Amino acid sequence: MLDQIKFYQTGSNTIGNRLLNPSMRAIQASADRPNGLISGHRACQGCGEALGARYAIDAAMRATGGKIVVANATGCLEVFSTPYPESAWQLPWIHSLFGNSAAVGSGIAAAMKVRAEKNGDAVAPRVIAQGGDGGTTDIGFGPLSGMFERNDDVLYLCYDNEAYMNTGVQRSSATPPSARTATTQLVGEHPGADWGKGKDVPMIAMAHGIPYVATATVADLRDLEEKVTKAMSFHGARYIQILTPCPLGWGCASGVTVTVARMAMETGFFPVYEAEYGKITSVRKIRQKQPVINYLKLQRRYAHLTGKKADPNVLARLQALCDTNIKNFGLLGDDEPQLTPAAIQAYERSNKV
Amino acid sequence: MLQVRLHGRGGQGVVTAAEMLSLAAFLEGHFAQAFPSFGSERTGAPVVAYARIDDKEIRTHEPILEPDVVLVQDRTLLSVIDVFSGISPNGYAIINSADPAEQVVPELCKKLPKGHVLTVPATQFAMEKLKKPLPGAPMLSSLAAATDVFKLESVQKSFQTRYPGKVGDANAETAALAYNYLKEVIKGGANA
Amino acid sequence: MLNQIEGSLGVAKAVALCRPGVVCAYPISPQTHIVENVGKFVKEGTLKQCDFINVESEFSAMSVSIGSSAGGVRTYTATASQGLLFMAEGVYNASGLGLPIVMTVASRAIGSPINIWNDHTDSLSQRDSGWLQLFCESNQDAVDTHIMAFKIAEEVGLPVMVCMDGFVLTHAFERLDIPSQEEVDKFLPEYQPREFLDPKEPISMGAMVDPDAFTEVRFLQERKMVKALSVIERVTKEYRELTGHHSGGLLDCYNCDNATDLKLIIMGSTVGTAKDEIDRLKKEGINVGIISLKSFRPFPYEALKQAIGNTKQVICVERAFSFGARGIICPEVKRAMEGTNCEIHTALCGLGGRAIYGSTINGIVKQALAGKFTEEFTWFDINSNVLNSYLKDTEGVTFPQGPITDSQLQNSCK
Repeated sequence: MLDQIKFYQTGSNTIGNRLLNPSMRAIQASADRPNGLISGHRACQGCGEALGARYAIDAAMRATGGKIVVANATGCLEVFSTPYPESAWQLPWIHSLFGNSAAVGSGIAAAMKVRAEKNGDAVAPRVIAQGGDGGTTDIGFGPLSGMFERNDDVLYLCYDNEAYMNTGVQRSSATPPSARTATTQLVGEHPGADWGKGKDVPMIAMAHGIPYVATATVADLRDLEEKVTKAMSFHGARYIQILTPCPLGWGCASGVTVTVARMAMETGFFPVYEAEYGKITSVRKIRQKQPVINYLKLQRRYAHLTGKKADPNVLARLQALCDTNIKNFGLLGDDEPQLTPAAIQAYERSNKV
Repeated sequence: MLQVRLHGRGGQGVVTAAEMLSLAAFLEGHFAQAFPSFGSERTGAPVVAYARIDDKEIRTHEPILEPDVVLVQDRTLLSVIDVFSGISPNGYAIINSADPAEQVVPELCKKLPKGHVLTVPATQFAMEKLKKPLPGAPMLSSLAAATDVFKLESVQKSFQTRYPGKVGDANAETAALAYNYLKEVIKGGANA
Repeated sequence: MLNQIEGSLGVAKAVALCRPGVVCAYPISPQTHIVENVGKFVKEGTLKQCDFINVESEFSAMSVSIGSSAGGVRTYTATASQGLLFMAEGVYNASGLGLPIVMTVASRAIGSPINIWNDHTDSLSQRDSGWLQLFCESNQDAVDTHIMAFKIAEEVGLPVMVCMDGFVLTHAFERLDIPSQEEVDKFLPEYQPREFLDPKEPISMGAMVDPDAFTEVRFLQERKMVKALSVIERVTKEYRELTGHHSGGLLDCYNCDNATDLKLIIMGSTVGTAKDEIDRLKKEGINVGIISLKSFRPFPYEALKQAIGNTKQVICVERAFSFGARGIICPEVKRAMEGTNCEIHTALCGLGGRAIYGSTINGIVKQALAGKFTEEFTWFDINSNVLNSYLKDTEGVTFPQGPITDSQLQNSCK
């Protein structure tokens, strides 16, 4: 733990949330923050994943009194946090494989339950499994779906930076259309990633009827903390997909990680919402609607769409994609999200006999 | 060592019969072994199972090529496969049929000693008591009647252990019917 | 207590007596009956404080096992064949993490062509995975070896595969002496993990190790494997004293004392069949010894060298081989016997469930004693008719009846 730090702002006129009532402050605002993922790790400058993980894990630690065990998929987060013999994790943490963190999480949850039973402990430690979008939506998708359908008591955190960054920015099923990656190059007639491919794992998670699903971004960290805290109030399978820009992979300045994430929200490109038992329960409204070009122009992976040779049809298509999200999720004003029917398992799980 | 080969069709309880055979022998203090011809046979396909009984530990795990006893749970197999292949010259064959052995397998009757080839209407007995065409218990009690390798009671107990309650009791009753029937046959009585 | 039960049920009872905390299962023949029974014990409440988890693949079965073992509870799973390959990445991971998982491998061939029957291709394909591999020659041996396996795994800090022949053992009804709960509790105390994922004392497991330390980590892992040799022997001794059963061990010799002309090295259920045949041969005045190889990994080079002694000829009866090479056990035996005049050959037989009869063993013995194993590797129980019906038309090649040697195969390709 860090030594107690006296913040000179406290009680001063400086504007910041430390002037707020302590109960309303961000977990990271406190000198007593758990620091589950402590500084000194080897993430890149401006790493969205490190930022997201730090907030999410600390919120979970706060919500459980520090009784958290984490299973981590192979990927940047694993590599930059545990170069042997160092570890940035101040909690019990395991890395097993790329595609199995959800299943390892299930196993830990079972072990924690059995140990608590044997030891007569009233509360068993809770479990987080986490990985990037490749480890979640592609190679780890089977074990993830298995963990969901068994409703194992695991919170799965997907740090979504829309490609395989650890191996050098290759396309994943979370890569958006037209985006450049090392395997969807900016060449040929249709540069960038194909249209009409990929999968929406938050919606798929909802279709499993699990107790809690949410999306979040590192642009709204209080929202992320609240969602993790809320997720820990449920038992059973839970899923949060956090948009975590990657300056290296997206081709943006390392100082604009939060700005890019915010732009993804404000354009409707990345809808931010919560769902319980398969039904959307809240939507994070767009505060100041932005055209999609303002999002794209921050990132060199869309360089072909922001220069003079940009194809207006593709730009229009991307704008339409954002507008569709805005309509479907009711992201503007008083709009309501369009209802999606929930999986029958949601009924089973939400109605205790 | 007594080696038994059981032939039947998938769904007739052939594998169970072999297991119950081994259990009956076990209950009388013998060493016994039972195992199926491992396959992915579906209902209705020919199925083979094996059993061994001995008074010392049974170590071998080879399939039985030269059986001392062949039990045929389904008469329709006779024209399909050579169920009596390798049967010992002093061996026993028991076939599930209401017809006399001389009529069902005349060749085999000439080959094996008198009284070693027997038929028993096992399915008929099973339908009477069990209401299902599962001839395992009456086939095993027929083996008991023909060879005295174990008692009728052991056959009954093995089924009652496996299926406690009505099913086990019905199997036990079916076994008794076949046992008594065959003992009469062997004595040269009414059923001969 | 004596039971007349299926091998799979016997193993399930043995596993339950070891009080696992998590048992994970995915169906694949022929191991299904084992986990079905363990699952039933959990559901009916006879196996308490145990979570039975039905997962969606073998990859997850191993992954859940990794999680639960790292979470500090005794963990068991079972698989076979394709299932073992599907979880292979996790198999290597579990040993690297030093997790004392016990897993039954109901040994079965690997496709294609798909084949559900018994040989040893599956577990031997995981030879270098860092797991102990203990083979069982009977169901009693399997029951006892599973109980010993938990103790060995937890003492050594490595996972253990208990390999029992699929169907031949798993589906055989035999007399089994199942130890009492009191006996097993005395032998195998409650699992006390040395390190596990505990919020009270957080550790990081599975860090990335770079070239600076990777070799050393591997060396330390190998040391555990070497230590396992003596642990297996000690645990076996302890178990035999407790139960009076003659199970386990690194290897087991039968009729070896006077058999200086020929010994057979066999793994698995064929040992029993061979023992009966060797007894018959003895009546003909032929003395042959059998070495039942129990521990394939770690490989007991020293113990094997002693067991072979000054025997002139050794035949490894192998139920798997290495494509483009030869046998898998034979090269190990050669290493053990380096510098001696012992002749060592492989008789490959029993692939994909082809039954190994007493007559097969008899044939191997007769051929060996006639000095007809002239090469290291022979396809012993092969049917030339099937080969010729294909090769004659396509390549004009035919093979004579009987065993085919490595050089016959090679010459047929010229």
